[in-house]
Amino acid sequence: MPDRIADIWGTRTPYGQGGNWPVRVDTKLADGVAKADVDRWVKSACLLCSNGCGCDIAVKDGRMVGIRGRAEDRVNHGRLGPKGLFASWQGVDNRDRLTVPLVREDGRLVEADWDTAMGRIAERSRALLEEKGPLSHGFYTSGQLFLEEYYALAVLGKAGIGTPHMDGNTRLCTATAAASLKESFGADGQPGSYTDIDECDAIFLYGHNMAETQTVLWARVLDRIAGPDRPRVVCVDPRDTEVARHADVHLPVRPGTNLALMHGLVREVVANGWVDEDYVAGHTQRFGDLLAAVEPWTPEAVAETCGVAAADVRRAAEIFGTSQRVLSTVLQGFYQSWQATASSCQVNNLHLLRGMLGRPGCGLLQMNGQPTAQNNRECGADGDLPGFRNWENPKHVRELAELWGVDELKIPHWASPTHAAQIFRYAEQGSIGFLWISATNPAVSMPELPRMRRILAKPELFLVVQDLYLTETAQYADVVLPAAAWGEKTGTFTNVDRTVHLSDQAVEPPGQARSDLDIFLDYSRRMGFARNDGSPLLDWTGPEDAFRAWQECSRGRPCDYSGMSYAMLRERGGIQWPCNDEHPDGLDRLYTDGTFSTDAAYCETYGHDLTTGATVGPTAYRAMAPAGRALFKTAPYSPPPEEPSDEYPLRYTTGRTAYHFHTRTKTGRAPQLNAAAPGMWIELSAADAQRYGIGEGDIAVVSSARGRITAPVRIGDVREGTVFAPFHFGYWDTGGSPDDHPRAANELTMTEWDAVSKQPIFKTAAVRLEKAAAGSGPAPAPTTTASRPAQPGTVPATIGGAAAEAREEPA
Amino acid sequence: MKLPVYLGLLHQSEATLAESYRQVAEGHGEEPDVHFLCLTLARQCDAHQDALAPIIGRYGECTEDDEPERLHHEGLSKTRSGPVGLLRDLQDLYLMANLVDITWTMVKQAAQGLQDAELLDVIARCDGETEVQLHWLKTRMKQAAPQALIAAS
Ligand code: SF4
Repeated sequence: MPDRIADIWGTRTPYGQGGNWPVRVDTKLADGVAKADVDRWVKSACLLCSNGCGCDIAVKDGRMVGIRGRAEDRVNHGRLGPKGLFASWQGVDNRDRLTVPLVREDGRLVEADWDTAMGRIAERSRALLEEKGPLSHGFYTSGQLFLEEYYALAVLGKAGIGTPHMDGNTRLCTATAAASLKESFGADGQPGSYTDIDECDAIFLYGHNMAETQTVLWARVLDRIAGPDRPRVVCVDPRDTEVARHADVHLPVRPGTNLALMHGLVREVVANGWVDEDYVAGHTQRFGDLLAAVEPWTPEAVAETCGVAAADVRRAAEIFGTSQRVLSTVLQGFYQSWQATASSCQVNNLHLLRGMLGRPGCGLLQMNGQPTAQNNRECGADGDLPGFRNWENPKHVRELAELWGVDELKIPHWASPTHAAQIFRYAEQGSIGFLWISATNPAVSMPELPRMRRILAKPELFLVVQDLYLTETAQYADVVLPAAAWGEKTGTFTNVDRTVHLSDQAVEPPGQARSDLDIFLDYSRRMGFARNDGSPLLDWTGPEDAFRAWQECSRGRPCDYSGMSYAMLRERGGIQWPCNDEHPDGLDRLYTDGTFSTDAAYCETYGHDLTTGATVGPTAYRAMAPAGRALFKTAPYSPPPEEPSDEYPLRYTTGRTAYHFHTRTKTGRAPQLNAAAPGMWIELSAADAQRYGIGEGDIAVVSSARGRITAPVRIGDVREGTVFAPFHFGYWDTGGSPDDHPRAANELTMTEWDAVSKQPIFKTAAVRLEKAAAGSGPAPAPTTTASRPAQPGTVPATIGGAAAEAREEPA
Repeated sequence: MKLPVYLGLLHQSEATLAESYRQVAEGHGEEPDVHFLCLTLARQCDAHQDALAPIIGRYGECTEDDEPERLHHEGLSKTRSGPVGLLRDLQDLYLMANLVDITWTMVKQAAQGLQDAELLDVIARCDGETEVQLHWLKTRMKQAAPQALIAAS
């Protein structure tokens, strides 16, 4: 059996263009458990990245004891990656779980019963609503809850309380995907499909280290690469990732300069006459704006600004311009960097220029990071109006008011919703006095952690934290609520390519832990949130009621779930939205006829100026009359806000590793994954290491204007002049707080965000580095990923051994 | 011809606006979006003044007091603090940017009358940016107003 720590992507099953990706069923069972011992297999999908691989959870004696990929699932064809194999169940079935509510007494968190904990929340909530009104309340949620839970939260926030202060950590991972799709096509919703990998003849990955973030999706690409007619691959990434190693063209741009590169690519495609003029004429608007913006960006100008070779810019553009079927994917290298929305819109623009949308292989995947980010956006737990409705469109607001039986005035729609960083700013200033954080860990994942900790610790702030574990964030809470995890509750979620899965409850939650849905419903009941007719606002008894309510809310909107049901999802497995009377089996690709969601009555937004974020507004939008045509939106390039200086001469960028998810609350508790990447490290190029007199594993201090971290150095393949740090490592397993040993990557990042998507900038900052001490061995960075040593063989290889062996069964 | 008076007014009010953006950026560093964007917009105002320079070279500009004093707008004396202070400062910027915007409009009318293609080209490049500045200020104020006026203490 293969060691799936050493072999992240598993055995190759090559296939050719237009073929079916062969099935390979991956299974991992707990030590000493054989297949025959398993009592039940419960249908679900993996919740450790946005890929949403279909799986069955193995249950024995009421406990989760393993996992198996589902052969017939459209997403993974049976495969699972290391996180799914090892962390999905071990990350949950763990003795560290919170099992009882905690409340703060005399400065300490002590055990309490649910009635006490919820009673305190309702009491404080009611008092603040009376004293200061709905704007005193903020909610910060996750990319890891189920659809039903987000929808409950969105309804109680908008129609129960009436606060615009609601966001998810999806703001950190996927807000730019939504923003760029809205600006270009009128509404969120992924145009492409995973089947585009099977059909394409070129793949462009923009700031998307797919090999580590969605390992099973990358296995699909690897199988095409190993097949008879390999697609050409272009990679934009400052690191020498696994993707870069397979690329025909690798563009290692200077962090913060993506937009300049994109302008150059667009310019080349236009200049060489690779534009589908009929498509542009028939299905787009504002081509002239685009031409003006890209005009100065010759390949030489790009080379100068981005630090890549002009010839490579030409080659990449040529691949885009001359391939028949191009698939593009975009992720954090663009979303978390400077001018995020404008850069991502340029990817959309390239596809519009070539008319490459809505046809097999001509796909666009503005990726999500977290597993249920898509649902957070659909349901409005990111503050948006549910069902991709437009807060500036009074008719859309009325629809929701009718659906929920409340006054239109109740629903906050006077300005765009409050994004995460602004919510925390209001908490800092004291105007938000009640903050409810569910299933996320801002004390590690938000930028500028020293400031974050100050805000969370404010005594005036009443902080509720709902989670599986006592996270770094939970330690600051006034009330901690133990939540049920994946496998312990039922609900649906939707992956990147709009595939909806039902995840059934397999086991009971530990102790008194409750599902997030039950907690939100309990709060709504205690607060007496009601419709105008006096009946309860949320009268659902369980997830299926919530799903049905959501189906009604989504009816007629781009994310239409009205044709689905729990029974259908149980029977058929993953189904893509829209699924309705017109498309009873779901729809593989959007915009097949080149008609977009931009009609003024239908669109999710009237759009923004991409430099400032100024809203276009209904009048100007109607005057433009896009009426189903896509919009070429762009902005001029400007340099990032913080450039290297004498004091801070290096660029700083953060990212992920294949073995961990988010702040490791689950993956850090899977022994195989933890052993593969047990501790913090930073990466330096060989040239910089030499300059600073640093050897592999030596300890360095990195500081920015915000803070400092100490970590061992991996001499790797990052760009010269750039320091890379993985963002997963916090303090829950090193004593709980940074004290004298800060190590979290976000100690150094800056508080600033994209003007349109409001996604924080994690990928560019200026830092200084000093050697602190000699090391005692190599840095604890994997050798199987982008963090591999620059000099092969200088560091022992990352392996998992017997514990990491998993069964592979080709069909 | 009184166009030089208006060119002077335009030049002066772009300079005042640039200066005020920089002041607000400085005074509201705790609001990073306001901080960085105001610096960007200040540079935009600088560029507008540079673009006007050859036009002023041809027509001259009048900065003397032979026109009513009130044509010239005072910049911000100093920035305010707190949520309402931010709102008030943005509102002052909004008023100043409006002066700039309407002055561009008047200069454009004159440029059309004069059939001055070079000036019209400058206006086409700059006036749209001023308009976006106004939109941004309004968007940002609309976001900040409820919190500042209701919930902040
Ligand atoms: S690729 Fe993502 S969804 Fe699939 S098994 Fe890995 S972590 Fe889970």
